[in-house]
Amino acid sequence: MVNRNCRATLRLLTLINRQGHPHPPLSSSPSGHISHSYLILPFSIAFVFLTVLCFYSGTGIDACWKQLQRNNVHGEHKIVSFFSPLASSLKTRQWGVKIQSRCYGSASVLVQRNPKFSKLNDEDVRYFEGILGAKNVIQDDEKLITANTDWMRKYKGSSKLLLQPRTTDQVSEILKYCNFRCLAVVPQGGNTGLVGGSVPVFDEVVVSLSAMSKIISFDKVSGILVCEAGCILENIISFLDSEGFIMPLDLGAKGSCQIGGNVSTNAGGLRLLRYGSLHGNVLGIEAVLADGTVLDMLKTLRKDNTGYDLKHLFIGSEGSLGIVTKVSILTPPKLSSVNVAFLACKDYSSCQKLLQEARRKLGEILSAFEFLDSNAMNLVLNHLEGARNPLPTSLHNFYVLIETTGSDESSDKQKLEAFLLGSMENELISDGALAQDINQASSFWLLREGIPEALMRAGAVYKYDLSIPVEKMYNLVEEMRSRLGNDANVVGYGHLGDGNLHLNVSTPQYDDKILSQIEPFVYEWTSKHHGSISAEHGLGLMKANKIFYSKSPETVKVMTSIKKLLDPNHILNPYKVLPCSSIS
Amino acid sequence: MKIMVAIKRVIDYAVKIRVKPDKSGVVTQNVKMSMNPFCEIALEEALRIRESGLASEVVAVTMGPSQCLDTLRTGLAMGADRGIHVDSTSALHPLHVAKILRNLVQIEKPSLIILGKQAIDDDCNQTGQMVAGLLNWPQGTFASKVVLDKEKEEVTVDREVDDGIETVQLKLPAVITTDLRLNQPRYATLPNIMKAKSKPIKKFTPQELNVEIKSDLEIVEVTEPPKRKAGVMVSSVDELIEKLKNEAKVI
Repeated sequence: MVNRNCRATLRLLTLINRQGHPHPPLSSSPSGHISHSYLILPFSIAFVFLTVLCFYSGTGIDACWKQLQRNNVHGEHKIVSFFSPLASSLKTRQWGVKIQSRCYGSASVLVQRNPKFSKLNDEDVRYFEGILGAKNVIQDDEKLITANTDWMRKYKGSSKLLLQPRTTDQVSEILKYCNFRCLAVVPQGGNTGLVGGSVPVFDEVVVSLSAMSKIISFDKVSGILVCEAGCILENIISFLDSEGFIMPLDLGAKGSCQIGGNVSTNAGGLRLLRYGSLHGNVLGIEAVLADGTVLDMLKTLRKDNTGYDLKHLFIGSEGSLGIVTKVSILTPPKLSSVNVAFLACKDYSSCQKLLQEARRKLGEILSAFEFLDSNAMNLVLNHLEGARNPLPTSLHNFYVLIETTGSDESSDKQKLEAFLLGSMENELISDGALAQDINQASSFWLLREGIPEALMRAGAVYKYDLSIPVEKMYNLVEEMRSRLGNDANVVGYGHLGDGNLHLNVSTPQYDDKILSQIEPFVYEWTSKHHGSISAEHGLGLMKANKIFYSKSPETVKVMTSIKKLLDPNHILNPYKVLPCSSIS
Repeated sequence: MKIMVAIKRVIDYAVKIRVKPDKSGVVTQNVKMSMNPFCEIALEEALRIRESGLASEVVAVTMGPSQCLDTLRTGLAMGADRGIHVDSTSALHPLHVAKILRNLVQIEKPSLIILGKQAIDDDCNQTGQMVAGLLNWPQGTFASKVVLDKEKEEVTVDREVDDGIETVQLKLPAVITTDLRLNQPRYATLPNIMKAKSKPIKKFTPQELNVEIKSDLEIVEVTEPPKRKAGVMVSSVDELIEKLKNEAKVI
């Protein structure tokens, strides 16, 4: 079956087998092994083809082409890990072959380094040292590896320089210089993005906002907070907690993500149902454009109808129109009565009806409505320490987490209890538990917020974040399950209240065959139902060429002209967000 | 066999405590209150003993103003069979609580009283011991394991003490106070919450129980602990030695 004559293929086979299966196999049936061996054939053919291609064209044009995973050559094997899509299929280390272009697990398009961008030289480094001081210009290998790799360890850049400005003026100087020299730049915050938008694709200079982490001012009367973009969300939350306020957004990544990144990606999170999106809560932004111009739109006014409201361009543009350096945000007061209930439903239509009832009966106190299916629950219970099943007596198909936030403890609790008991009588829920104190509430939230981490630990994961009309949402999960069968564990969970499904396909390793079953089916299905292929994660690198599934060509054309206007040299976060074809 | 469990309504364990500006106490307005964690563990242990067939009834007792009924209902939702609320708006110190419990014991006649080792608001760690003293019953405090032998009418308790674990054997009736590692309390599930609505709660007042709430303790002042000073980076070993000698005065 397999061509064993080619030396390259032989090496490939030995390496794949040596990788072994340290993670528990997806299914205990022998079918797991069978599917693995007939993967080798397409891999080997593809690889032989690429090798041949490279030998023909590789050596001559090396200036522009990227040597794949150069960072991994010297002993960083642990970083490569099982999550790296390339490790198992293309062994460049062994052959020292220069692969033409960058490929990555979740897309079928190869990106090429734009030859227009200059390469970094010593003079540039010295100039940056002059602006920032030598301490904030980082070329240390270890720190660069962290900056070059995304949270899922799926995307890896090869940037040689990490800059840490401390003031907006420094950011402005950096960008002015980079624009002049035509050096590509990647703005980076907490690096917790899930679509590869926060790490370099090739050798872009990483501008990290982590050093700009001051809280500038807080108005206790209006609840308006002004802070620098590098403030970590959790730190802001604890600061506000002592003042009696909360942030309008909350996500699982709060321990590492920074507010500048949240704003630049228009992060959604767990409280969007109650407090709305960042477009409504952010009152002002200070941003630096590609040519170094500082746009000070940092107002702290609820209402300001003077001209075009440009800050909305930056909210959600994922760093491709400008670097956000300061944010002013409206924070809601912290209400004393928070109640969390963890419920079990027997099927998806009960979850939907429960949502309708919750909106009606809990109304103004409803602050979060999340759902997860049984696969997600099992994953969390198996892979996360400290996760406890509140409803251990039987297995349920769906779980719903409801949170209410209000000002009157006893009336809220009464309302919630009445709603839950009524739903139980109407058989909308089959079982449930109500948290009696803050610790129990956190343990319920852990079950929902811990799913991404549990997925990471279970092996390789293909993540999709889709906005779909609520009635049809779970159909996609079921269709995906029937498509993939036993090859993968399809997990569905998400913000049911917002119509946002997080579809995750968990496999022991990255596998192009499974990927071809998922994409473009997922995008086409979503497009057919007039949904969004990226509800809150953004486009980044992963979906840069997929925008047409959710936006019309005319709209994308206008977006491209705005990008050209604000960043004519395309130095800000290149290769991402908008399709490569539309940008010259 | 009946088990009585005392539960207390305190400021939730996860809340950040703030001292009132007049230093007379801690801010309790608009702050989340819930059952003392050690009391939850005590109730859980009682429920487990009942579920293993060694006890027939678990009675939960709470004392304080009417808001304490919420905590009592939580206890009933966890699985207690009956509740007793001793209504009192004045501050109840451990000795008062112990006296009330002693008088309740004479009415209810349980064979085992389980309490949390201490309440997280006053950290007194006195009530269990005082109850045992007033009733002249044996006590097993800081329990990390409880094994009941119904025929012999004995309970073996592993106590967490500073030196390690001490095992004591107590003849019933006895008093046990629970420590953190004894068990993990269950969640209140909806079916149980529903059942709890119909469980009886008996009301008493301290006067009915012939206990006089006269306080011989007065809280003079409540202050916050001193804030941690920020660390100082030193540039050389000599500077470190100099600072240790002159500023910290430890060498």
